[in-house]
Amino acid sequence: MYKLVSKLAAIAALALSLSPAARAESGWGLLNMTQGVTEISRKIYDLHMLIFWVCVAIGVVVFAVMIYSIVTFRRSAGAVADTTMVHNTKVEIVWTIVPVAILIAMAVPAARTLVQIEDLRNTELSIKVTGYQWGWNYDYLDRGVTFFSRLDRKSDEARQLASGIDPESVPHYLLNVDNPLVVPVGTKVRLLITANDVIHSWWVPAFGVKKDAIPGFVNEAWFKVDADKPGLYRGQCAELCGRDHGFMPIVVDARSKEDFAAWLKARAEEQKAQSTAAPAQAQTPAPAAAPTQVAATG
Amino acid sequence: MAYDTHAAVDHDDHDHKPHGWRRWVYATNHKDIGTMYLVFAGLMFFLGGALAMVIRLELFKPGLQFVDPGLFNSFTTVHALLMIFGAVMPAWTGLANWLIPMQLGAPDMALPRLNNLSFWILPFAFTLLIATFFVPGGAPAGGWTMYPPLMLQGGASFPMTIFAIHLMGASSILGAINVIVTIMNMRAPGMTLLRMPLFVWSWLITAYLLIAVMPVLAGAVTMLLTDHFFGTTFFTASGGGDPVMFQHIFWFFGHPEVYILILPAFGIVSEILPAFARKPIFGYEAMVYAIASIAFLSFIVWAHHMFTVGMPLAGQLFFMLSTMLIAIPTGVKVFNWTATLWKGSLTFEAPMLFALSFLFLFTIGGFSGLMLAIVPADYQYQDTYFVVAHFHYVLVPGAVFAIMGGVYYWLPKWTGHMYDMRLAKWHFWLSTIFVNVLFFPQHFLGLAGMPRRIPDYAVQFTDWNQVSSIGGFAFGLSQFLFPYIIWKCVRGGAPAPARVWEGAHGLEWELPSPPPFHSWTEPPTPEIIARGAEH
Repeated sequence: MYKLVSKLAAIAALALSLSPAARAESGWGLLNMTQGVTEISRKIYDLHMLIFWVCVAIGVVVFAVMIYSIVTFRRSAGAVADTTMVHNTKVEIVWTIVPVAILIAMAVPAARTLVQIEDLRNTELSIKVTGYQWGWNYDYLDRGVTFFSRLDRKSDEARQLASGIDPESVPHYLLNVDNPLVVPVGTKVRLLITANDVIHSWWVPAFGVKKDAIPGFVNEAWFKVDADKPGLYRGQCAELCGRDHGFMPIVVDARSKEDFAAWLKARAEEQKAQSTAAPAQAQTPAPAAAPTQVAATG
Repeated sequence: MAYDTHAAVDHDDHDHKPHGWRRWVYATNHKDIGTMYLVFAGLMFFLGGALAMVIRLELFKPGLQFVDPGLFNSFTTVHALLMIFGAVMPAWTGLANWLIPMQLGAPDMALPRLNNLSFWILPFAFTLLIATFFVPGGAPAGGWTMYPPLMLQGGASFPMTIFAIHLMGASSILGAINVIVTIMNMRAPGMTLLRMPLFVWSWLITAYLLIAVMPVLAGAVTMLLTDHFFGTTFFTASGGGDPVMFQHIFWFFGHPEVYILILPAFGIVSEILPAFARKPIFGYEAMVYAIASIAFLSFIVWAHHMFTVGMPLAGQLFFMLSTMLIAIPTGVKVFNWTATLWKGSLTFEAPMLFALSFLFLFTIGGFSGLMLAIVPADYQYQDTYFVVAHFHYVLVPGAVFAIMGGVYYWLPKWTGHMYDMRLAKWHFWLSTIFVNVLFFPQHFLGLAGMPRRIPDYAVQFTDWNQVSSIGGFAFGLSQFLFPYIIWKCVRGGAPAPARVWEGAHGLEWELPSPPPFHSWTEPPTPEIIARGAEH
C-alpha cells in the first residue's frame, strides 16, 4: 500500500515536471466565478460576491477572536482559567440575533434575483435542448432547424486513454463541439430542456444558466446575451450521466440578430433540402443514430 | 436455576473474557466491539483513501493517463460509499461503544448481542460492495447518490450494491437502537440527561436521526431494485414514474445523513476543547439545544441538494430560507466553542490541535455551505468542484479530524499507555497543512467552472488540479503515521494515569487506564458523578 502510494506520488512528481511548459496561458488566475455576459449572470456574480464578503467579514471577526484566545490564553504564557465563565445570556442572545439579521439581509436580494430568473414571460425564441449519452440535440421549435452537438473530433481523439496526444495542443480541449448552438444576442431565448436517457444538466457559466435535463420532464430556462457581446461561450454537462459525462460540452455561438437570422434561414433550407433528398432520414434526423456513434468512438 | 447461578459466578470482578478468535467473533463487550468498529473504520479509510489517490492521480494532468472514464466513475462512487458508510459512520459507532458506557457509569451497552450483530454485518456488507469491482460491468459508477435512470444502467454490481446498502443500513439502525436504549436505561443514578457529556448528547440525537432516515434510504434503493427487476416504474417517466422523486426521497435521507456524520464530531470537540482550556464548556445547554435544532432542521432542507432540477419558485425559496436557518444553531456552536477558549488556560496536545483545526476548517466549510444556500449562486456552484471543496471541508477537517482528535484524546485511557506525542503532532501538522493544499484550490476550480465527477478537464484547470493532487498525495502519505502511532501505543509506552489530561472531566477519567473489562460494575457514587459532570 505504502509502496503503491509512493510510486504513484513519484509518477505524479514526474508528470508535474514535464507538463507546465507547453500551455499558452496560465490557469493560476482562475480563482473566481465568471461575471458572464447576461444581466442575470452579473446579478448572480454580485450575489456570490456579497455572500462571499459577508462570510469573509464574519470569518475575520470569529477567527480573530479564536487566534487572540489561542495566543493570549496559553498556559505557557501564564494564563489562569476562569472556570466561572460558563454562560452569558446577553452575549448568547446577541450572537443569535445578529446572524438572523445578516441572513435576512442576504435572503432579500437572493429572492429578488430568483424571482427574475423564474420570469419566463416574453421570450422571443424557443429552443428545445435534449440531453443524450453523450451529446446534445438542439431543436429550434417551429423553425425547421434541428441538429446534434457533440465533442469535436480533435478533443475526442486526444481524450482517449493514453492517446499520446497532448491536450495542450488541442484548441479548447474538451470544450469544443462539432455544431455549436447558435443564438442571437439581445434576445430573450427560452430553452426547453429535457433528456432522452438519463439525467444531464445544461450549464453555460457565462449565462448563469444551469438546468437539469430530465427524461420525461421539460424544464425551462432563459438567457439574454448582452447585445454588444457576441462570441463563443462554453460549458459542460453538470450532472453525472455515465461513462462519458466529462465529454459532452456545450458551445453557444451568440451572433448579432442579423447574422443569426441569416444563419437560421440557410440552415433551415439546408435541412429542408436534405429531408426532400432522403425522406426516410427526415423522420429521425440524427438523434437515433448519434448516441451509438458517440458510444462507439468512446 | 443452574444457569442463573453459573452466570452470577461468572460475573465477578475478574475480567473474564474468551481468548483468541472467539473473543472477537463472539464479542459482546462494548470495548472489544468498539475496537473492532474502529479498526474496521481505519481499514475502510485507507481503502477509500487509496481510491481517492487514484482519482487525484488521474486528475493530475488533462488527458486520460491511467483509468478508463467508466472505472473513474466507479472509483468516485465507491470512494464515497466507503468513506461515508465504511469509515466515518463505523468510527462514530466505535467511539460510542467505547465511551458511552464509561461516560454514563454503566457496565456495558444495553444490548451486547445486538451490538455483536451490528458490527459483524459490516464486513459482509463491504465485502459485497468491494466485490463489485470483479463482476461483469464493474463496480457501481452512478455516484453514491445513485440517481436513476443512470443507476438502473448498472450491471451485475447493481443488486449487490443495493444489498450492501441494505446491510449497512441495518447495521446502523441496530447500532442506533443500542445507543438509545443504553442512554435511556443504563445511566448511573444521578446521571441526569442534562448532566451527560456532550458526546453522549450528540450521539443520542444522531441515533434518532439514524432510525428516522436509514429506512428511507432502504426504501429508496428497494424501489430502484424493483424498477430494475420487477417491472415497477417508480422512477421511470415512460411508465408514469418520476426520476426526480428519487432525488427527493434520497435527500430526505441524505441531508440528515450528513449531520449523522458531523453531530458526533460536535460532541467530541465539545469534550476536547474544555479539557485543554481547563474550563467548562461555555453554554452547555445552548449546545444541546443547538444540536437538537440542527437535527430538526436537517429534515426540512433536503431539496437544497437539487436546486437545478426545476422546482417551483416557492419551493426554492422555502429550501433556501430553511437552509440559511441552519447557520444560526451552527453559529451558536462555533461561538460557544470560541467562548470556551476565552479566558482559558490552553495547552496544545495532539487532541487539542485537531479540535482547534476542526474549529477553523469546519467553519470554512460552513461558510461555503451558506454560500451554497443562496439559490441563484447555487445555480453556478451546483455540481462543480466548489461543492466538492465544501463537503470535503466539513467531512475531512470536520468529521475525520474530530475522530482523530477523539482517538488521541482517549487512546491513553483505552490502552493504559501514553502515545508518542511528538509523532502525533507531526501527524497533525502534516494533515492540517496538506488538507488545505488538497481541498482549498478546489474552491477555485469550481468557481472557474470545473464540473465534479469528471475524469478529465479543460487545460486551464491544470494548475490548481496539480496543487490539489500534490496536497492529496501528501495528505494520504501523512495518514500512515496514524496507525503507526496507535500500534506503538497499544504495544507499550509510559503508563497513563486514570485522569490522563489534567483538565479532563467525565466519568471515563474516574476509571483506571486501561479501564476494567466491564466498565462500571458498580454505579459511581454521586460525588464522582458530580465531579465528572463539571461541564
